[in-house]
Amino acid sequence: MLKTARRLCAWMLGFTCLLAAGGALAEEVERWKFNMTPGVTPISQNVYSLHMQIFWWCVAIGVVVFGIMFVSMFLHRKSRGVKPANFHESTLLELLWTAIPFAILIMMGIPASKTLIDLYDTEKSEVDVLITGYQWSWKYEILGEDVSFFSKLTTPTDQIEGHASKGVNYLLEVDEPLVLPVNKKIRFLVTANDVIHSWWVPAFAVKRDAIPGFINDAWAVITEPGIYRGQCAELCGKDHGFMPVVVEAKSEADYQAWLAEKKAAAAAIAELTEKPFTFDELYAKGEEVYSRSCAACHLAGGQGVPGVFPALKDSPVALGDINHHIDVVVNGVAGTAMQAFGEQLSEVDIAAVVTYERTAWDNNMGDLAQPIDIYNHKQGK
Amino acid sequence: MAHGPAKGLTRWLYTTNHKDIGSMYLWFSFAMFFLGGIFALVIRAELFQPGLQIVEPNFFNQMTTMHGLVMVFGAVMPAFVGLANWMVPLMIGAPDMALPRMNNWSFWILPFAFAMLSSTLFMTGGAPNFGWTFYAPLSTTYAPPSVTFFIFAIHIMGASSIMGAINIIATILNMRAPGMTLMKMPMFVWTWLITAFLLIAVMPVLAGAVTMMLMDIHFGTSFFDAAGGGDPVLFQHVFWFFGHPEVYIMILPAFGIVSAIIPTFARKPLFGYSSMVYATAAIAILSFVVWAHHMFTVGMPIAGELFFMWATMLISVPTGVKIFNWVATMFKGSMTFETPMLFSIAFVILFTIGGFSGVMLAIAPADFQYHDTYFVVAHFHYVLVPGAIFSITAGVYYWLPKWSGRMYNETMGKVHFWLAFIGLNVTFFPMHFSGLAGMPRRIPDYNMMFADWNMISSVGAVLFGAAQLVFLYNVISTILSGKKATDEVWDNPEGLEWTVPSPAPYHTFTEPPAIK
Ligand code: HEC
Ligand code: HEM
Ligand SMILES: [Cu+2]
Ligand SMILES: [Cu+2]
Repeated sequence: MLKTARRLCAWMLGFTCLLAAGGALAEEVERWKFNMTPGVTPISQNVYSLHMQIFWWCVAIGVVVFGIMFVSMFLHRKSRGVKPANFHESTLLELLWTAIPFAILIMMGIPASKTLIDLYDTEKSEVDVLITGYQWSWKYEILGEDVSFFSKLTTPTDQIEGHASKGVNYLLEVDEPLVLPVNKKIRFLVTANDVIHSWWVPAFAVKRDAIPGFINDAWAVITEPGIYRGQCAELCGKDHGFMPVVVEAKSEADYQAWLAEKKAAAAAIAELTEKPFTFDELYAKGEEVYSRSCAACHLAGGQGVPGVFPALKDSPVALGDINHHIDVVVNGVAGTAMQAFGEQLSEVDIAAVVTYERTAWDNNMGDLAQPIDIYNHKQGK
Repeated sequence: MAHGPAKGLTRWLYTTNHKDIGSMYLWFSFAMFFLGGIFALVIRAELFQPGLQIVEPNFFNQMTTMHGLVMVFGAVMPAFVGLANWMVPLMIGAPDMALPRMNNWSFWILPFAFAMLSSTLFMTGGAPNFGWTFYAPLSTTYAPPSVTFFIFAIHIMGASSIMGAINIIATILNMRAPGMTLMKMPMFVWTWLITAFLLIAVMPVLAGAVTMMLMDIHFGTSFFDAAGGGDPVLFQHVFWFFGHPEVYIMILPAFGIVSAIIPTFARKPLFGYSSMVYATAAIAILSFVVWAHHMFTVGMPIAGELFFMWATMLISVPTGVKIFNWVATMFKGSMTFETPMLFSIAFVILFTIGGFSGVMLAIAPADFQYHDTYFVVAHFHYVLVPGAIFSITAGVYYWLPKWSGRMYNETMGKVHFWLAFIGLNVTFFPMHFSGLAGMPRRIPDYNMMFADWNMISSVGAVLFGAAQLVFLYNVISTILSGKKATDEVWDNPEGLEWTVPSPAPYHTFTEPPAIK
């Protein structure tokens, strides 16, 4: 608490300086942004105009109501020697101020209903994307194209903890963005693997809750190529603030090229499954996979969070039978936050991370798992 | 008969006196307000600038959850029950509450509930971290072990609220002085009567929700677990069926308080009394059919979306009627601006602003952009802080001279008001902007594009917190050493409470008063 107080004081002092020095940031990030984006889809533009309409209605009503209040606060005060009136009823007034808001609401409700019906019309899509929320990454599958991958935050811990200066896309950058073609009707099918998440891209006015056991849908026709960023919009646990959404809209040709590239990369990884690796190769790769996929819960030192995420250092699983260890990672532990990594990570990655966990942090088992072992495990051998 | 209170600690433990119990509720709520405020300041300190500085993300989530729970169940609801305890018997000319022993019990289980809830902060795995809305399965399968204590704490709070509500209904319906017909009752009594019915209707629903969670966690059921054939969305329907009336539970008594204060300081009777009563009843009834406006993005069928959108827009009509009535009460009055009036006027203005953002949120397609962003945080703080908290504050300043027999320090009251008013707007107005710019709620860290608004919000929060220390000091120094208040206190105020001496004797209206 003391530390907090001292920090607060320091910040208060720094506040003025910061505002002054803010110029440096201004060139990179849009600052003082205060309104909703009109976005780049027909729906998002409709939503924006609804938002502005209802806003101006509120301003108008506010001017009238607050106007009358301020006038009477100014004129009808005792200090001006005013004698109070004694009226306290008027059916006409009551009717009027019931009817007028009612009329305004009907005027707003009709276009809103239209937009809503439009927003729900996901028929006749040209590209279908299945989006699955995980704690804490998004999985994207382009349906019918055999392309499927995970998309995770790449902002380094150093920036988050303030040891390095923050990039422009701080917390809004991922390893693999979702790539989509412009001017095509895209349907998003949204679901989740563990808890409820919500997939949100403000520029598309698409926000859909990702709920385990349900598939929700939404759609967009993106009219401009570009990179669009959003964030998870439903509290989904510890790293809820750290699972951004990044969509890159490209021309049809570029989109096709991306699909081809993705497929080639998947084939290359499949090939690696056959290849034996040395312990050192696996250990080095495992360390990297661990910090990317596991450290969020089990922490970099393998110490876990007592009562929530078990330690892997000295864990009976890491020190026990390697097949069981593989099983936990591939299939997860049902009903807990330990998800099945079998489909999130490649065989190579799983072999590497298991190898790493068994030797790191003085676990010192020194044994290793090969990608082919993981493959066989998945096949039930 | 005229015996006074018992001596010592047992006076407070055993008391069945509505005034003693009312005071205990109010002090308890004040303490919880500071506790919840500390949690809020931890949140605001972390959000002062981008990056993780002070707390871990998991602890941050515990802070938002505990802040929400403590403010809603610990600060606002008990404060209103405390005011009802003090004022309802005085306003209807009753000697005490109808069920005094239950009254004692419904207060005394509360400290235990909150002790249990707060103790979760020290448990392995930490306190509840799933938000005050505790959506399953984050609050079941994925919850820290302390969730069981959270469930029991909620059960106790619910039991306390239900008992309080029964007591208030029984008192109002049975103990009015002869001649005090329903349509002569002060608005505060009316709004509490309606609120009490809301409480009885929805607290059991909340109890049902947490019980289903308990079963899912410990007894292998799958109410909310999709893998076992359950339905996570069911949880949200059940929760908001409680939750939406709950937000009216936190605002209807506030309407009653300002409806008492504005006429006094405008020196003019309340405009449209009967339309106020009907509007309150309309709001209460409609509040049962709008719950899914919190769930526009969960993927309801289009018919459901349209229904809940229109129903929600409809509820703003009776709310508007109330605001227009208050303005008409002020119009052509002869106004003075003592502290209770300042807080009441701020209530009308700022609650209206919260109402505006509420109407915006009701437009379902636009809600797809607003939902779960800081715009929502701005909205509900505009209705809760100037709504519930300002009205309670106004009520305390208004009735404190009657309770304590001493007048508060007006200058300090005004300082409190202006600090709170400025602090509140500096804190919460920028949240509209950060929300519209795209900042999700419940996040411990954010991109630099939201940095400026957040820094301003954090500064405002410190100001608002400081204002409350002035309040605390003012209340204590009034009780200890304020100058004597007259029996009427204000300039010709309306209501039976002003016909008894200041301070109100331990027993009042042992003989029913005559009602003109
Ligand atoms: C979302 C949080 C989360 C992530 C990410 C996560 N785990 Fe886990 N892990 C858990 C939880 C919770 C358990 C405990 C499950 C149980 O109750 O048995 C667990 C258990 C384990 C165990 C068994 C430990 C023991 O002693 O029971 C191993 C091994 C393990 N995880 C490996 C991994 C690996 C490898 C990764 C990364 C590929 C990973 N975990 C990522 C949450 C997580
Ligand atoms: C001191 C003044 C207050 C400050 C500075 C403050 C600040 C905040 C902030 C920043 C959040 C958002 C947390 C997040 O989404 O990350 C929040 C949430 C919340 N606040 Fe406040 N608050 C204050 C007073 C109140 C009061 C008086 C109430 C109730 C009457 C209240 C009720 C809530 C609720 C219900 C939430 C939602 C919690 C959740 O997300 O689960 N707050 N508050
Ligand atoms: Cu999330
Ligand atoms: Cu609601």
